[in-house]
Amino acid sequence: MTRHPWLPNLGSVGEMMSSIGISSLDQLFSDVPQSVRLKKPLNVAGKPLSEQEIVRRLEELERKNTQLVCPPFLGAGACPHYVPQAVKFVIGRSEFYTAYTPYQPEVSQGLLQAMFEYQSYMAELLEMEVVNSSLYDWGSALSEAVLMAHRVTGRRRVLVPETINPFHLQVLKTWTYGRGVVVERIPFDHRGLLSIEALEAELSKGEVAAVYVQQPNFLGVLEEELESVVELAKKHGALSIMGVNPLVLGVVRPPGEYGFDVAVGDGQELGLSLNYGGPMVGFFAVRWEGRLVRQMPGRIVGLTTDSEGRQSYALVLQTREQFTRREKATSNITTNEALMALANLVYLSLLGPNGLRELDEEIMSRSHYAARKLREVGASLPYSGEFFEEFLVRFPARYSKVKERIRSRGLHGGLQLDENSALFCVTEVHSKDNIDKMVEAVAEVM
Amino acid sequence: MWNQARWEEPLLFQYKGKNRVGLAVPREDVNDRVEVPSSVKRRNPLELPELSELEVVRHFIRLSQMSYGVDVGMVPLGSCTMKYNPKVQEAASKLTENAHPLQDEDTVQGVLEMLYDMQNWLAEITGMEQCSLQVPAGSAGELAGVLMMKKYHEDKGETRTDMLVADSAHGTNPASAAMAGFKVVYVKTDHRGLVDYGLLKEIVGPSTAGFMLTNPNTLGLFEENILEIADTIHSVDGKLYYDGANLNGIVGVARPGDMGFDIVHLNLHKTFAVPHGGGGPGAGAICAKGDMVDYLPGPLVGRVDGSYSWSMEPHRSIGRIATFHGNVGNVVRSFAYLLGLGSDGVNMLGVMSTLATNYLMSRLQDVRGLQLPFPGRPRKHEVVYSVTPAYNEIGLTAEDVAKGLLDRGFYAPTIYFPPIVQESLMIEVTETEPKESIDEFARALYDVMREAYSDLKAVKQSPKRTSVSRLDYVKANHPSTFTPTFRVKRLREEGSLQVLK
Repeated sequence: MTRHPWLPNLGSVGEMMSSIGISSLDQLFSDVPQSVRLKKPLNVAGKPLSEQEIVRRLEELERKNTQLVCPPFLGAGACPHYVPQAVKFVIGRSEFYTAYTPYQPEVSQGLLQAMFEYQSYMAELLEMEVVNSSLYDWGSALSEAVLMAHRVTGRRRVLVPETINPFHLQVLKTWTYGRGVVVERIPFDHRGLLSIEALEAELSKGEVAAVYVQQPNFLGVLEEELESVVELAKKHGALSIMGVNPLVLGVVRPPGEYGFDVAVGDGQELGLSLNYGGPMVGFFAVRWEGRLVRQMPGRIVGLTTDSEGRQSYALVLQTREQFTRREKATSNITTNEALMALANLVYLSLLGPNGLRELDEEIMSRSHYAARKLREVGASLPYSGEFFEEFLVRFPARYSKVKERIRSRGLHGGLQLDENSALFCVTEVHSKDNIDKMVEAVAEVM
Repeated sequence: MWNQARWEEPLLFQYKGKNRVGLAVPREDVNDRVEVPSSVKRRNPLELPELSELEVVRHFIRLSQMSYGVDVGMVPLGSCTMKYNPKVQEAASKLTENAHPLQDEDTVQGVLEMLYDMQNWLAEITGMEQCSLQVPAGSAGELAGVLMMKKYHEDKGETRTDMLVADSAHGTNPASAAMAGFKVVYVKTDHRGLVDYGLLKEIVGPSTAGFMLTNPNTLGLFEENILEIADTIHSVDGKLYYDGANLNGIVGVARPGDMGFDIVHLNLHKTFAVPHGGGGPGAGAICAKGDMVDYLPGPLVGRVDGSYSWSMEPHRSIGRIATFHGNVGNVVRSFAYLLGLGSDGVNMLGVMSTLATNYLMSRLQDVRGLQLPFPGRPRKHEVVYSVTPAYNEIGLTAEDVAKGLLDRGFYAPTIYFPPIVQESLMIEVTETEPKESIDEFARALYDVMREAYSDLKAVKQSPKRTSVSRLDYVKANHPSTFTPTFRVKRLREEGSLQVLK
């Protein structure tokens, strides 16, 4: 190999070696014991491919994916939505795209202002005062919230609903296992809503660090009694954490209005492609209270001025981070999901308050249309609570058969939860025509 | 001469437009208009600006012009490994873009094949048996790694309290160990800049769960005693953890697995060229060998009769680290990068990045005020200098040097890290910077140091050519002026916000 488009110095090796004063490249590794030197070259990825060949190989793989007529009727923590061209265009700007965390604020004002605006937009949406500039995803944001509650209260029990997204629950259990946090589940009622009685009973046993609720919950149902959750948590000295799909907040009451201590969730539904589940973007917000703000994980951008008095932006409260506090830090994170947060910001600024409300209304109409049509062909919705874009459907036939029939139309059904039920997701990417096709396929096996 | 754009760009909240929208919502005639129940309905109006698409685009383009990434110029951030991101990686993202993580496995065979190849390639590169791609970035990999150690010892019925961490380690190491409930025990660096092996032998004992180490270390030095270190840790059945942040300096030269490491995390955004996106997303992998394979976060992609599925569940797995499968949309960018390098290129990564570092050092000999701690040995991926001589002579700080470099069109090196070196500049040029850029960077650094000795005030007043000049951090952090959102600004101006207590 003497030339390669990504390795510019292959032709300058001799010159560089003589500047260093060595006669062989091996001398650069004279401190690596022979016994740990690689004995034979690595066998990775075959021969170097040209750009054209890389594209061809990728297209070959793309053809192995099934091309569907429209995005799947699948949600469960990642819902398909239209991604506006302007979002793709802005996050593709390479000054943002190829930047690192803005450690040198004077040269990164644009990125910092964008992160401040992201925090500000999310703050309005959530009606919470302090938002960080993103975490990995909903599951890790929830985990960080619970670890924070554990630090703040010194307690180990955490109560979550049985209607928590099971993937978030698995992440929560993994992340908190090391600190000995015990996760307990609160049942739900016939409407699909969290049982407040059961919650109160568990809280009164004491030692609860945090109560978590999810809006809408995993069954797609909108929780209606969240004031009680906040009140009860407060009464028993636990932090209240609301996990929320930010997309619904165009029409639904935000966590701040209820008085939640912490809000977490994922911005995936605000302008991100599905990406097979990642990258996503976890958000994390707290009320205006010192013990919460100072224990909050993640990067925060704040307003300040420069030496000439101009409004400017910088990373703030960095003393909580692992650079100075090390093992006492509020979290171990360095990388976040800034570019995805930027996508959220661009998406929300395009929609504005009216666009967001209209989008929410459209999603509710279409999902309710799909639910009505499915009922008309003999399926049922087991829970009576109001829903947004996802809903649990029970079929008289086995769902595996239903799913197969839907697939035969080039569509992809919902997520199977038991032999006869599946969670369906319907959004603005599912046209009436495609919903009708899906229902027709279902009707054939009923 | 370099100058950065200086837009007096208002916040979106300060735009005046009303009754505008930047994206029309498609409508279907479905006659199922529904209202959310009144108990759940949003009450306060959503206080967001109303803007047209042009206003939005123009705003963000102006902001982009006040930002600095690798496509603008060199970003020699030590330990952050900011290398060039080949543009073909964008073509790669199409493979995963529209795939839902819970789709039937037979509908995403292309994605799964890519992930399967990556699991195997990264195992080969690290000398491990198996890799999980679930970790969204390095720190999540570290957490996974320490939890794996914790569970391993617990499964044997032992409670091991101590996690050893080199004092030169990344700050994430002690933070991760603490997150997993370990007590952090620091292992000092000796006079050669390496782990104090004598001390290590004294510290290691029955309460040692493991040792978190990076090799080459954050000084850019290779831990020569690595085999002895591994033996010492293994002699008490501790596990040796490899922080992959610095892997770029030895890829293709040596493998953590051959050095005795049991667990490795990789930062794909560092070693394998995923763009950093202004702080993320990154992507990662957590790899293991021997009895640690069973503890990896799962599931993993397996292959049976030529078809791929999430069929491999490590049977003592610590569980899921990410909500779904990790940052697959970035893993595929690394995949494209590896396809382009091929075996030949991957085998050269460590050599070429090490060559670049040592070449830079050859251009920085005898710069007044600049000192190379632990001299006389080759560096790998990065090199740490100290401006302590200049600090003692004239009061020049590492931060001043950083700001001086910004004015010369370069992003600054990492400063004040690792904490074991005073007034440090940690420089990493990577294998993708052409020799001429390295020369220019060396000249710029020389120029800043020279200017400091003739006109210190000028350097202290830099940067002047960036969008703004030096910032007021006291104001940014003070409880009475701390403003993390526009909402806080608004409420404070209305007089309805208390000082943060």
